[in-house]
Amino acid sequence: MEFLVASAIGAMTAGGVYLLLRLRTFPVILGLALLSYAVNVFLFSSGRLAIDMSPILSKYGEASYTDPLPQALVLTAIVISFGMTAVLVMISLGAYLEADSDEIDIDQADLDEDAAK
Amino acid sequence: MSTSSNLLFLIALLPFLGALVPGVMIRAGRNAAATFTAVPTAIALILLLTFAPAVMEGEVIQAELNWLPQLGLSASFFLDGLGLLFACMILGVGLLITLYARFYLSGEDPVGQFYTYLLLFQGAMLGIVISDNILLLLVFWELTSLSSFLLIGYWKHLPEGRQGARMALTVTGAGGLAMIGGMLILGNIAGSYNLTDILQAGDAIRASDWYMPALILILLGAFTKSAQFPFHFWLPHAMAAPTPVSAYLHSATMVKAGVFLLARMWPVLSGTDAWFYIVGTIGLITMVLGALIALFKDDLKALLAFSTVSHLGLLTMLLGFGTEAAAVAAVFHIINHLTFKAALFMTAGIIDHETHTRDIKRLGGLRHLMPLTFFIGTVAALSMAGIPLFNGFLSKEMMLEEASHTYWAGNQYVVPVLATIGALLSVAYSLRFISHVFLGPVRDDYPSKPHDPPFGLWAAPALLVILVILIGVMPFLAEGIVTAAASAVTGADLHPHLKIWHGVTPALYMSIIAVIGGAILLALHAPLDKVWIKAPRPEAKAIFDRLIAAVVGLTQRITYGTHNGAISRYLAIFTVASVLLGAVAFMGGGLSAPTREMLPVPAVIAVGWIMLIVATISVVTMHHHRFRALVLIGIIGLTISAGFVYMSAPDLALTQISVETVTIMLLLLALHFLPKETPKESSFGRKMRDGIIALAAGGGVGGLAFAFMQRDVSTISSYHVENSYEGGGGTNVVNVILVDFRGYDTYGEIIVLGIAGLLIYALMHALLDGPAARRLRNTDYSQDRSKDRHPLMMVVVTRVLMPIALMVGLYIFLRGHNQPGGGFVAGLVVAIALLMQYMASGFAWTQDRQRIEYHTLIGFGVIIAGITGAGAWVFGAPFLTSSYTYVHLPPIEEFELATAMLFDLGVFLTVLGAVMLMLYSLSRIARFAGETVNVEAMDYDPASRVDAGTEER
Repeated sequence: MEFLVASAIGAMTAGGVYLLLRLRTFPVILGLALLSYAVNVFLFSSGRLAIDMSPILSKYGEASYTDPLPQALVLTAIVISFGMTAVLVMISLGAYLEADSDEIDIDQADLDEDAAK
Repeated sequence: MSTSSNLLFLIALLPFLGALVPGVMIRAGRNAAATFTAVPTAIALILLLTFAPAVMEGEVIQAELNWLPQLGLSASFFLDGLGLLFACMILGVGLLITLYARFYLSGEDPVGQFYTYLLLFQGAMLGIVISDNILLLLVFWELTSLSSFLLIGYWKHLPEGRQGARMALTVTGAGGLAMIGGMLILGNIAGSYNLTDILQAGDAIRASDWYMPALILILLGAFTKSAQFPFHFWLPHAMAAPTPVSAYLHSATMVKAGVFLLARMWPVLSGTDAWFYIVGTIGLITMVLGALIALFKDDLKALLAFSTVSHLGLLTMLLGFGTEAAAVAAVFHIINHLTFKAALFMTAGIIDHETHTRDIKRLGGLRHLMPLTFFIGTVAALSMAGIPLFNGFLSKEMMLEEASHTYWAGNQYVVPVLATIGALLSVAYSLRFISHVFLGPVRDDYPSKPHDPPFGLWAAPALLVILVILIGVMPFLAEGIVTAAASAVTGADLHPHLKIWHGVTPALYMSIIAVIGGAILLALHAPLDKVWIKAPRPEAKAIFDRLIAAVVGLTQRITYGTHNGAISRYLAIFTVASVLLGAVAFMGGGLSAPTREMLPVPAVIAVGWIMLIVATISVVTMHHHRFRALVLIGIIGLTISAGFVYMSAPDLALTQISVETVTIMLLLLALHFLPKETPKESSFGRKMRDGIIALAAGGGVGGLAFAFMQRDVSTISSYHVENSYEGGGGTNVVNVILVDFRGYDTYGEIIVLGIAGLLIYALMHALLDGPAARRLRNTDYSQDRSKDRHPLMMVVVTRVLMPIALMVGLYIFLRGHNQPGGGFVAGLVVAIALLMQYMASGFAWTQDRQRIEYHTLIGFGVIIAGITGAGAWVFGAPFLTSSYTYVHLPPIEEFELATAMLFDLGVFLTVLGAVMLMLYSLSRIARFAGETVNVEAMDYDPASRVDAGTEER
């Protein structure tokens, strides 16, 4: 089980990083989304895996619970990463509409022109 | 705290409080600005003088206020003899300068600004001399660098002013940085940052291994500030400042700060060979070199600037000697130098003001035209030359006396000979100031017809030369303050006797040689000047400029080398660096044996895993088809939610699934405007490179997670589980953590989310006002459009689902404290319910029915959460402390009411508002893209049987 989770995290990280290194905005956004999945699951897994031990206190006496703290942290992380993705989408959309290109790298030629100014 | 210490705070604060006034009185004129500058200064000076009798008796006034005790930083001040002397100088000369500047500056200069800068600077200087905490002293030290920068560059239209200010800031600022290091070392050795403690710890500090680094760093600070060789070059360039500034900075204050520091640290740092050879030698070199250059300067202010450098060297040398008698001489010369040098600067200012030139070669014969100025200038210059009956003579004699019996590396003659040469040069340039400016024939080619200035201009220097003569004739007048200050410097109980006639001593012979030699040198000035002009000399400004240009060039190369505008490159560098750092850390730590059993893998989970891996690989291989990639991302998100359910995280599953929904909607909306395909433009090599980086990162993170999950560590989680019910009143521990234990985090997070929503809204507006809007209008999106965009079935189903979805949202919200759910999830669910309406019936139709602005929701959410948190204060508990109770209202079951619920309501509203605002903003763009606006709920409404739900906008 642990191996499956770890390998999933690894696969999503690898995929995320690869997409992050692409040259257009949309794949980069997808890459970031993938990477945030990986990070969220990674954080979650730092509480160790447990099955049938939800951190909901039982009314019926003794029971064992999984670590609730990483879950709380990941919960807000999921929501925040949505917010950040949204901002990024809006910025890349704006950049595309203004420049008519969704490339993320500035051409060396443009840069030289700026430096010359 | 006693009244006297309160007064000390007041003295320290007064200049800063006063600085607020003149700056805002731009139109009030010079008189008003000068008055409002003089008043706080005068009050501070009077308050200070009330302390004077006690301090002269040897008492030390102290005031302390803890500021940041964790850092050892306290706002503590103390006033001893040395502090009193400097504070009097700063405030007294400050008053004179205020008066002088009132008449010197023209009505066109922004006078209010000038006086504000002046007061800021005055406050900073005052802070340095009365700080009891070295960290506080450093703060004031940096403040003097900054405020002097403003003062030197006051005439912003002059390039020399700006360059001079920049150079002064660079040099003194760099020295200040070095000094911070030195002071921290010092505080570390002494175990306290309080000056009074450090002054007691002299022996420990001198014996410490860190003595040398601390000494050198502190000396760097003092030498740069006091313009000691080889940092002397900034001072003459600072002469581009208005003359009142030069008179203030270079006689009484700024440059004396370094000398003050040497004097202050004298009991701690002096008495070693290192101190003697570094401080004494540098002082000696500076004294001779400064005097030599001064002799050949034609600009009056440059001459005075280099003479200041020379006199600062003299003071530094005296302090470097490390004897008590030398310290007394230094303290006395500080006073004397102040009086004659401030008067001389003001005289130079008057000459400049009246004749419109400061070039000595264009002056001469002014004694007939400006008799009063002639008298003032001559007295001050004679004092600078060290002629008897003027105060400069007294301290110069004491200096020569000390020099005459100082051995340098066993050599008896080096110091006395060089000191005599310094004195000789000093006589020469002082006499030159008198003879080449005032004596000689009256010329007829002055740029402006000179005459004596109005009272306001000559009053201040006149007062100073009266002091010059008074002290010169009756030195015992200064004995009290010199005694108090010198005792404070040395930490010993001194009783010096200041007198004019010491008998026939070596110093007297040296003095006579200096005066005669100086006069001869002046007679030879013209031929010597020709030689000087021809002789090659290093030009400090050129060297400085080249140095700065080299540094700028280097940083530019580094910056443009690494930041070439290619984000993909930064990200690659970042990832590789992270992986490498992780690898290094891993190598260093090693790995213990696994302690946890691995959990079994049921078949259904294995299927889920395969799905996730396949989807991930497919996203990477198929990302050129953007729509397909988006669908695949959705699959991954849903698989993860399922995984959360299985692995005991119901809250996460709920959140993930609802966030997934809105994320996909958001990306779909964005994709509408973006190209649908990503062009294949990466080369094979690049793909390989990225693939290797990606695999390394994935392998690292996966391996780390695997290693982590196999081992146990002790965590703080059990605390949360144990206290969730008793402390927070909820059985859903995750929710209790969110709204209670770590409510402060959550509060911050909803604010971030709210800001993100508003940011997107603002971006949307910025876009729609710019060229993007034009492009949007001109792009034809019609072929992407479905014929049946608002289908009947979908409209009906979403309408029916709306109340159900809202109910589910409410239910999830209410049960959140005890069962999976809560504000975050409820907010998302309700947002989805609303979004469905937008999707089914279109933007305009839905927008028409919107009652509350989404911004309002965000605002109310944050406010409700904040007020709930602050409510705890009413009961004397910390922010966000929650309380709860159980209520039984028949016929409903017993239920719980917790303040955390209100907080969760805030979370709910903010999440709802932010999510809606984000998607709303994106869909509003569609309106600009020539999207048709639907007035009816659906395109084909069977009830009306009219196929005209849409009309072109």
